[in-house]
Amino acid sequence: MITAHRGDSGRFGPFGGRYVAETLMPALDELETAWRAARDDASFWAAYNELMTEYVGRPSPLTFAANLTARLGGPRIYLKREDLNHTGAHKINNCIGQALLAQRMGKQNLIAETGAGQHGVATATVAALMGFQCTVYMGREDVARQSLNVFRMRLLGTTVHAVDSGSATLKDAMNEALRAWVTHVRDTYYLIGSVAGPHPYPSLVRELQAIIGREAREQVLKKTGQLPAAVVACVGGGSNAMGIFDAFVDDAGVALIGVEAAGDGVDTPRHAATLGGGRVGVLHGAKSYVLQDKDGQIAEAHSISAGLDYPGVGPEHAWLKESGRASYVSVTDDEALEAFDLLARCEGIIPALESSHAIAHLATLAPTLSKDDVVVVSLSGRGDKDIPTVAARRGIAL
Amino acid sequence: MSRLRDVIEAARARGERALVAYLTAGDPSFEVSLRVLLEAARRGADIIELGVPWSDPSADGVAIQGGMLRALAGGMRLGRSLELMRAFRRESDVPVVLFGYFNPILSYGCERLASDARAAGVDGLLVVDLPLDEADELRLPARAAGLDWVPLLAPTSTPARIARAAEVADGFVYYVSMTGVTGAALAPALAEAEAKVAELRQVLKQPIAVGFGVATPEDARQVGGFADAVVVGSALVREIEQAVAAGRDPAAAVGDRVAGLKAALKG
Repeated sequence: MITAHRGDSGRFGPFGGRYVAETLMPALDELETAWRAARDDASFWAAYNELMTEYVGRPSPLTFAANLTARLGGPRIYLKREDLNHTGAHKINNCIGQALLAQRMGKQNLIAETGAGQHGVATATVAALMGFQCTVYMGREDVARQSLNVFRMRLLGTTVHAVDSGSATLKDAMNEALRAWVTHVRDTYYLIGSVAGPHPYPSLVRELQAIIGREAREQVLKKTGQLPAAVVACVGGGSNAMGIFDAFVDDAGVALIGVEAAGDGVDTPRHAATLGGGRVGVLHGAKSYVLQDKDGQIAEAHSISAGLDYPGVGPEHAWLKESGRASYVSVTDDEALEAFDLLARCEGIIPALESSHAIAHLATLAPTLSKDDVVVVSLSGRGDKDIPTVAARRGIAL
Repeated sequence: MSRLRDVIEAARARGERALVAYLTAGDPSFEVSLRVLLEAARRGADIIELGVPWSDPSADGVAIQGGMLRALAGGMRLGRSLELMRAFRRESDVPVVLFGYFNPILSYGCERLASDARAAGVDGLLVVDLPLDEADELRLPARAAGLDWVPLLAPTSTPARIARAAEVADGFVYYVSMTGVTGAALAPALAEAEAKVAELRQVLKQPIAVGFGVATPEDARQVGGFADAVVVGSALVREIEQAVAAGRDPAAAVGDRVAGLKAALKG
């Protein structure tokens, strides 16, 4: 397939690249070389697939959401159940692949950034499994908001470093992880959690998450005998979306829809809809869309979902938007919370607030499709981590 | 043609090493910053590296992060940094390298920045997150406008990357003394830095400035033993931070520190 290694050049149209300090450039070359060797090595994928099956619990089911389908009165809705993975989200797919790569490269230490803590927990998990020393950088604001995940990481043996700089959230955690990497670049592997960052991370992470879409495409064909009319996924940095979109990119009849977090609304200053409300810029090593002011200072993002609360987005999404192959919409905090309730009540599945954004868009999408159509939604994570946030929003003390 | 190169070579001809003083534009305000820059130039800085503040300075340590935040809080942006540059240039001939991160420049426009910076009296550009692999978008208009391009090299730079820097560097090459961020401890990196600079000299014809971790006159003397120019940044920014906190004059504090560092470079 011609698109199998999209991004090998380091660019997706005008987006991507390597906008980092000179010190890191040789490390990125080293990573790219190691990655190309690994992905051409059957033993790498054998180890990855073994862990996917025996440790993560893949393949994840593609569940027909009969009640939700009846409620919406339109196309048949299928949920790709990444929420059932070990650690509760799609993040583990990427972490296992990159940890295997770090092992091949002889690195002893892992570092990672995290916002909500899901990528931090997944990284801490693989560090425990494979015997790495691990430090996770997390904004002090997020450390306070996500104390459960902080404790989970510590239980797994990881050091959590609270970051005070800037807005003390995910973007600052990523800045601090870059500072740590530049300082310990020779023995440390930086395990980026999304399809963001300098080349080769955007394509590397996509290829490790592409298992979501490969499984989903095979499952939907087997269950329905047809390709979906649309594939819907939430987009923060965009890794679950790239993972599920990847297998469908060449299926021209399949609409690819990314759902960003509109927070209080994209017409307010409090949102995280980078593709919808940002413009082209350079942040964290890549050229892509960025939320920024007129002078190029990075804006603070806002979303009730900590995992979508990021002022950047993966460069391949910027290209899919610009080329017209995918479309990007947004959903407010309130709409996401309604969808959170809806899925819990009618399907018995409590989704992550991130994934709730994808569910919320179905109310808009379903009326435009027929009952004969099929829609696949990436249910990227489970909502256990969000219970305190949702309770607090409703003024309920747990 | 390059004033940056000329001033470094002139210092060498006098038996000295050049001092490059990094200061953030607008730290802590436009007016104070202008006085600090002029005082640094008057007390012995051979080159000023003028930092444009950015919200996300991921290659800098806490001192320069703090300086950038103070400057941003005071309303300093790229456009206003060029106003500060013009004001400085009206009173001083000391060459200036404009330092920054790429996003504010991309937002301002590469061609526009190149011509406006030149018109304001900037001599060269150093953009920390724009390695040579990505630099042409800015480097080519900068060169067309008559600005020097100052590339960075690091302890991890490979021979191929060093050769590429040798091809494109105009005024000087900035060697980052350590794997780390600005303001980290110099001592553990010193021996490797000296060896690497010797390696660079096999390839580079341009002068080599060494920075990161140089804080004291003794640091400067040691680095001046193998570099053509010595860059001091975080130590000067800390002087501003402390003077502001103590209600003292930042210009005098920076000036005294610059004079002490320059004395150490006169051997």
